[in-house]
This record gives sequence, structure tokens and C-alpha cells, in this order.
Amino acid sequence: MIAGSNLEKVINSGNFVVTGELGPPKSSEITQLKHHAEEMKNHVDAYNITDNQTAIVRTSSIACGSTLIQMGLEPIIQITVRDRNRICIQSDVLGAHALGMKNILCLAGDHQSFGNEPGSKGVYDIDSMQLLKGLKDMRDENRFMGGDELEAPISYYLGAVENPFADPFEYRVDRLEKKINAGASFIQTQCIFDLDRFEKWMELVRERGLHKKAAIMGGVTPIKSLGAARYMKNNVSGITIPDELIDRLKGAEKKKVEGLNICIETIQRLQEIEGVAGVHIMAIAWEEIVPEIVERSGLYPRPKV
Amino acid sequence: MIIAERKPLEEIAAMAAPYKKICVLGCNTCVGICMAGGEKEAAETASLLRIHRNKENQEGEVDVFSIERQCEVEFIDEVLERLQGYDLIVSLACGVGVQSMIEHVPTLRVVPGLNTTSMGYPTEQGVWAERCLGCGDCVLHMPMGICPITRCAKSILNGPCGGSAEGKCELGDDIDCAWQLIHDRLSSFSRLSDLTEIQPPKDWSTSHHGGPRTTVREDVRIDRGE
Ligand code: SF4
Ligand code: SF4
Repeated sequence: MIAGSNLEKVINSGNFVVTGELGPPKSSEITQLKHHAEEMKNHVDAYNITDNQTAIVRTSSIACGSTLIQMGLEPIIQITVRDRNRICIQSDVLGAHALGMKNILCLAGDHQSFGNEPGSKGVYDIDSMQLLKGLKDMRDENRFMGGDELEAPISYYLGAVENPFADPFEYRVDRLEKKINAGASFIQTQCIFDLDRFEKWMELVRERGLHKKAAIMGGVTPIKSLGAARYMKNNVSGITIPDELIDRLKGAEKKKVEGLNICIETIQRLQEIEGVAGVHIMAIAWEEIVPEIVERSGLYPRPKV
Repeated sequence: MIIAERKPLEEIAAMAAPYKKICVLGCNTCVGICMAGGEKEAAETASLLRIHRNKENQEGEVDVFSIERQCEVEFIDEVLERLQGYDLIVSLACGVGVQSMIEHVPTLRVVPGLNTTSMGYPTEQGVWAERCLGCGDCVLHMPMGICPITRCAKSILNGPCGGSAEGKCELGDDIDCAWQLIHDRLSSFSRLSDLTEIQPPKDWSTSHHGGPRTTVREDVRIDRGE
């Protein structure tokens, strides 16, 4: 056991782990976020809290994480390297730890030009790999990135993201390995719509035994409408949606029902793929559907560990 | 070379509006080659400015000439006398040239006629690409000659990020993903395994982040006091 978070315990127990996602609002009114957290609290093992997702200014991930802890729930704090240099990131990590947060997900973040402050200066002092390695060393070697010692030890469970649908495809597994070597204990993937490509990727993952070194969680998103699918296909960087899937939605009478079916089928297939340790459900703007997804995927009740 | 683009005429005209004796001063080296501020562009800018000022009924005159490099005192010295007597110099040099002009001739009022964009080179006629950010600690050996600091939108040293698709950067289809290029180049030299190593955080203190930089070479300095 590294940090003793619920996420870590469920992963270690060998149960298929389920995480949800909460997107902080563009205000400091977080009643809605708390409400969504309540809604799915019996259905997920921990919640990702996004860090100014798609470069749009929102309440900070750590502030919302602190609220979740007060509610007795478990956050996974996302940290991007877009907005903070190594001084600020390490300071925030110390703060998050002081407030009881035990899971950190390291990522690069969408470029600032996509968001609502396109004129801002991107920081990118370090990259997501260096972030992982730096936080691992802070925890395991008790030293900051600059070499200075921490005055007291710190502990957290570290994760990373990987996108099996980005290019170059062959390199995506090398990169996963690199992230695991840098310190990732769990991996959440980009939304899976192209299961064939994902399975091909998992095959390469298994060949190298990487699924034994880190918990690989497949990312899924329920699609609400044809418009949403098209939007994601064309506008969200790093997401690929096969035409067959678009056609299936097109042909369906009730798009919402079909979108949900697709998501549940994906989770069921994920459970059958050797080496997949869990699912990460990103139902942003459709949070209330998470309990149904989890139940219909046969993942309810969640284990008490 | 340094790459620049001319500012919109309206912006130049607005800066020049309060002045009567104006000189548009071209610079024939980098910005001459990238067709932004050389002799030809300076003449063009001056005549456009004249037409604009005529239309606005602004009095005065707009002269024009060019020098080899506004960033070298030797070339400024050659035209020192000619520069006197103007209320305003519209410099068509890069930002470096503008500053060198006022540093060497503090009595001059100089405004920039160009927007300096980058250090790079032309990739085809009419297209100039940024290639170096002057980070002060060149790492080009690692990515085999393709600068990730400059050419990756996130300056990633352990790329590519999850936004790389079909060779293009997540920023848009008109930008190559630097890390796809690096990957392909390493692959063609059978050196993909180089990517296994985790590149440590860069020490940015040699770059502008360490403060404005001055390069001193004692071995070639001339003691001007003697
Ligand atoms: S590594 Fe630094 S010096 Fe070398 S090309 Fe890139 S920015 Fe320029
Ligand atoms: S897509 Fe490529 S060039 Fe663009 S930010 Fe990612 S790694 Fe850098």
C-alpha cells in the first residue's frame, strides 16, 4: 500500500474499479457539484476532479477536492502543467496532501488557446512525464524537484492518462511504459469509442506486462445525442469516434437510449479484456446517469475495502 | 534569421499622426530577406503612409531610406547626420533594431513599423517558420535536430502528448506535431529506443526566464577606455 486511498485499496483488492468525474463550475457556487457527488457516491470508488478542463477557468480542483473530503468522499485531483510552474505545482501538492487528498492524476492539459483565456501565457515549465517523476521523487525520495528535502514525508497515489487513439500508435505503448516508470500506479485512458483499436493497444500492453505494473482503467463517455458525438469527433482533441458508431446513433430512434447502450456495452467488453483493471466514467453534463450505467454494467454494489 | 511582419498601416499611421518630419527607415538584413522591412518594403510603406496622411489632411513629409543593419552601430553611424532633423523614425527593423537605434542615438524618437515574430527560416516562398526560442542551452542532439521547445506547442521534452493526431498538433491541422516528426526521424535512424529515457525538467535559467541575458566574451572585448 502506498497512500491507502480507497482507489488504491479497490485496485489492490482485484475488483474492477470504477471512477467518476466531476467538473467544477465557472463560478464558486459548487452546490451542483456536491449534488452530483452525492448522486453517484454509492456507485464510484473515487471522483476525478478536473483542473480547468479545456483551459476554461473554473473553481480549482483542490478546492473542490477539499469539499469532497468534508463530505466523506474521495477525490482524484487532476494537475495539469499548463497553468503552473514547478514551484506552484509542488506547493499545491503539499496543500492538497495537508487537506487529506490522496490521489493525484498528472496530465499536460489542453492548450490554453482552446479555452476562455486564449491570450494567457501557457506555463509548460515541466511536462506530464516530468511531473509524474517529480511527484514520485517527492514521495519516495523525500525531495523536491530542485533537490531540496521536504521537512516531513508525504504520500499519495499517482496516476496518469494515456490516449491509445493518438498518434503515432506504436509509440503509445512505449509512452505508457515510460509513464509507469516515471511513477504512475494507475492509468486512465482517453474516452474509448473505437474498441478495436483499444484492444489492439491492450494486446501490446499485455505483451510487455504493463498491466501488471499499473492499473489500466478504460475511459468511457455516454453520448447524449448525435450532435454531441459529431462535436466530439470533430472538435475534441485526442478523441476518435468511428463512423459505424455515428451511423448506429443516426439509425436509432432514441439517441439518448442508444448512447447509453453503447456506453454500457463498452464497459461490459472492457471487463472481459485481460489486463483492464477498471473503468473511468466521464459523464460531464450527464452526471445523474452514472448510477444507471454502473448498475447495468454489473458493477454495483461497489466493494467495501 | 529574425522574422517579422509589417504592422497594419493604420497602426503605423496612428503612431506617426502627431509628427511632421517623418523618416521610414528600412533594414536590409533579416527583415529585408523575409520581405518585411527591406528597401522595397520601406519605400512601399512610406508611399502608403504619404497617401494616408494626405487623405487625413496631415501636414509634413515622409522620407525613406534603408541601412544594412539597424542592430549594428557601425551602420547607424554612417547615417547619423541624415537621421537628425526628423521628428520621428518609423523603423522597419525587428524589435532589436528599434532598440539599438535609440540606444545609440538617444535623441531620436523611434517607433516600430514591424511586429517581430520569431527566429526561423523560409520553408517555401512566402512561408517562414519559427525554429528556435533561444533557450540558452541547446538540446537539439536529443531530438535529432528538431526543437521540441520551439516546435511543440507545449514545449514537451517527453512527447508526444495525447493530442497528436495524424501527424498534426492538437492546435490545428496547419501545425505539424513536432513529436511525430521527432519520432519519425529517430525511427529512420533506428534510434526509437532513445525515447525510453525520461528527459529531466529543463533548467530554464539559461533562457529568458533567468532574466534578461547578456553574453560577455572577455577574449574578444576591446577596452574602449584606451
Ligand atoms: S533547444 Fe533551445 S537553443 Fe536549441 S533550437 Fe531549441 S530553443 Fe533554440
Ligand atoms: S500535439 Fe505534438 S506538437 Fe502539439 S502539443 Fe502535443 S506533442 Fe506538442
